[in-house]
Formats: sequence, C-alpha cells, structure tokens
Amino acid sequence: MEWDWEFVFKILPGLGRGVLITIQATIIGTVIAMVVGLFFAILRRSTNRWISRPVGFFVDFVRGTPLLVQLYFLFYILPDIGILLPPLLAGVIGLGLHYGTYTAEVYRAGIDNVPRGQWEAAKAANLNAYQTWRHVIIPQAVPPMMPALANYFVAMFKETPLLAAITVLELMNEARSAANFYYRYLEPMTLVGVFFLVISVPSVVLLRWLEKRFGKVE
Amino acid sequence: MDQWSGYLQLIVDGAFVTVQLTLMGCALALVMAFVAGLGRLSRFFALRAIATAYIEFFRGTSIFVQLFWAYFVLPLMGVPLSPFQAGVLALGLNVGAYGAEVVRGAIRSIPREQYEACTALNLGRWQRLRHVILPQAFVLMLPTFGNNAIELMKGTAVVSLISLSDMTFQAQVVRAQTGSTAVPFLTILVLYFLFATVLSSSIRGLERRLSRGLEGTRS
Repeated sequence: MEWDWEFVFKILPGLGRGVLITIQATIIGTVIAMVVGLFFAILRRSTNRWISRPVGFFVDFVRGTPLLVQLYFLFYILPDIGILLPPLLAGVIGLGLHYGTYTAEVYRAGIDNVPRGQWEAAKAANLNAYQTWRHVIIPQAVPPMMPALANYFVAMFKETPLLAAITVLELMNEARSAANFYYRYLEPMTLVGVFFLVISVPSVVLLRWLEKRFGKVE
Repeated sequence: MDQWSGYLQLIVDGAFVTVQLTLMGCALALVMAFVAGLGRLSRFFALRAIATAYIEFFRGTSIFVQLFWAYFVLPLMGVPLSPFQAGVLALGLNVGAYGAEVVRGAIRSIPREQYEACTALNLGRWQRLRHVILPQAFVLMLPTFGNNAIELMKGTAVVSLISLSDMTFQAQVVRAQTGSTAVPFLTILVLYFLFATVLSSSIRGLERRLSRGLEGTRS
C-alpha cells in the first residue's frame, strides 16, 4: 500500500481537532492527578489506621488494575447512580485518579526523603505544623520529586488514546473514524504514532535535564 | 442463579486469554529486554544505535497505539497477524523496551571491582557476563521487572478493542446481555487485582530465592 499525501491533508483538520482534545485531557488530568495524589499521600500517612489502611488498599487496587477497565467503570456506572458526565470529564477523572495513585507514591517518597533531623529542628525552633511544612519540609521535598512527576505526566499523555474507548473524540478516535470512513488505515494510524513520538521523544531530553537539575528520588 | 453461572463462565474464559497474553507477552518482553539492554551496552556503534532506536520508539507511544498499528497497518505491508499475535507482539515489544532500560541500569550498577576481578581471573567476555555480572545484576532487575510485568498485565485490557475476547471484552459482553454494569466490571477489577498480587508476590519470592549467597557483594 502506498503512502498518499493527498489523503493525509484531507484528514489533517480532523486530527488537529483530536490533538486539541488530547492536550486538554492531558492538562486537566495532570491537575487532577497532582491534587488527588496529594490527598492520597496525606491520608496514607495518617496515624489513624482506619484511614490509612483503606486508603492504602484503594491506592494499591487502582494501581493494580487496568486504566481501560476503570474508565469503563466510571463511564457506565456513574449514570446508573444518577451522575451524568460528558465523556471527556469522565475520562479526565479516570486519568486523574489512576495517575493520582502514582503521584501519591512520588509525594510519599519525596517527604520520606527529608531527613528526620529537619523535623526535629523545626520542632526545636518552635515552628507550628503549617510553618514546618511551608518553610522546612516542602522546599526540600518538592524539587527531587520533579523528574518522577514529569515522567508520569508524559506517561499519562501517552495513555490518553484510551479515552477513545469511552467515545471521547481525541486524536486516536478521530484517526479511527477517518480510517473507518475512507477504509484506509495506513496514514491515520501512522500519523497518530508519529504525533506521540514527536512529543514524547524530546520530552526524554527534558526529563534528563530535570534529573540533572533536581536530582532523583526512588 | 443458573444464568449467572453461564456469565461467570464467560468471564473465566476471558481470564484464561488474559493470563495467556500476560505470560506470552512477558516471555517476549524478557527476551527483548535482554537483547536491547545488552545491545545498548555493546562495543559496536551500529548495535547501540539500533537498540536505542527500538527503545525510544516503543517507549514513545502507548501500547494502544502500537497495537492498532500492528493490527491494522502491518497486514497492509504483507504481515497478516491474528488479534492474539498482534497483542503478544505489541505488549512484548512495548514492555521489552522498558525492560531494556532496567537491564542496562542494573548491569551498569555492578561495581568496577567485579570487572577487574574477571580480568584478573582471565575470564572471557561471555564468561564474565554469564558467571559474574548477570547473576548479580539479575537480582537487581527483579523488583522493576515485577512492576513491568504488572504494567503488561494491565496493558492486556486494550486487546479487547481489537475484538480479542479477553476478560474486559467478556465483561462488555455480559454487560450488553444483562444490562448490569457493576457486577461484571467489579468482578474483573477484582480478578485483575488478584493477578497483580500473584505477580508481585511471586517476583518477591524469586528475588529472595536468587539473592541467596549474594550477601556481601552489595554495599
């Protein structure tokens, strides 16, 4: 089968719309994952076992099961209990929850890496909980987390095609519908692959730079 | 009740496909990880370049995109694949690329003295790798290999999208026939979690088994 440039230009506007949705989903998913992960990390550190154990189990459960099935679950179950969400919103909630369990581990490792002496020094300096976190722990814990966090966001970006399965019209879905409509698979599928490579290969360089700049956790 | 046992059978059939895909995908991934990981450490520039291209290519896109490409585009190039073959190929090559970086990192973390000791004992390159470096490096690789195996197992769910009847596909069938969503999907979520637990605990067991006698080699 020959590569047909004319066909490529015909489907390009549709794919462009898909790219916008893909980028949107990645950004919103990233924000949700960062916030949700923080909650998971804090709750898991709780000294109350009735909080830390169930949250720990939930995090492990979400990490051990496929994102695709979780997306189906959200997409089909929520309407049953009366919550009607647009597919994109259900999708980014799924992405955010799934990757939130990964970012939670990064936060946990980052916080655990702050030496005990820092906590003790903060106590000796008579700082309250807020001051301890704001001026002592967070400034030391956050920079080493940057490479690992960035790594998961690149991973999330690459997983956004799964949203096609719950009818979000992102890049993969646009490509699939173009392929099914014209019955030509070569160009749409290859363009999707090229698009993801063009973004994620340079991001490797960025990740290396972050690692050099901030050091590495884990 | 009778009816549910029939549906349960469907899910169990799907679970078999999922397990098969996981095992065969892991086998291919393991081979690719060592081939590409050792390739990246090769003396020859060409081998290093090929291995790097393979790793960056497969890490740069998701299993889903690779699977669709393998299933829809490869036949156009004269390589017809069954859904199952496409699934094993995409899963194995994708996770193998991640594994290759693990192999490379573990081998490079073996301290210099070990290499010097090999030279002192007059071992050949192959002997050095086989009897000194790999036995130590393999134990270091295992925990991350375990995570990769779980990622691969989770990745098998996407084969349902090329109409391979794995667990996720069967859950969709049950949902379509019964109209119930919670029961089939919760069932398969629990099963996936069970598989993940089995994988991680067996890797931990293997790690304990293989690190016997290595005390003192690690600082």
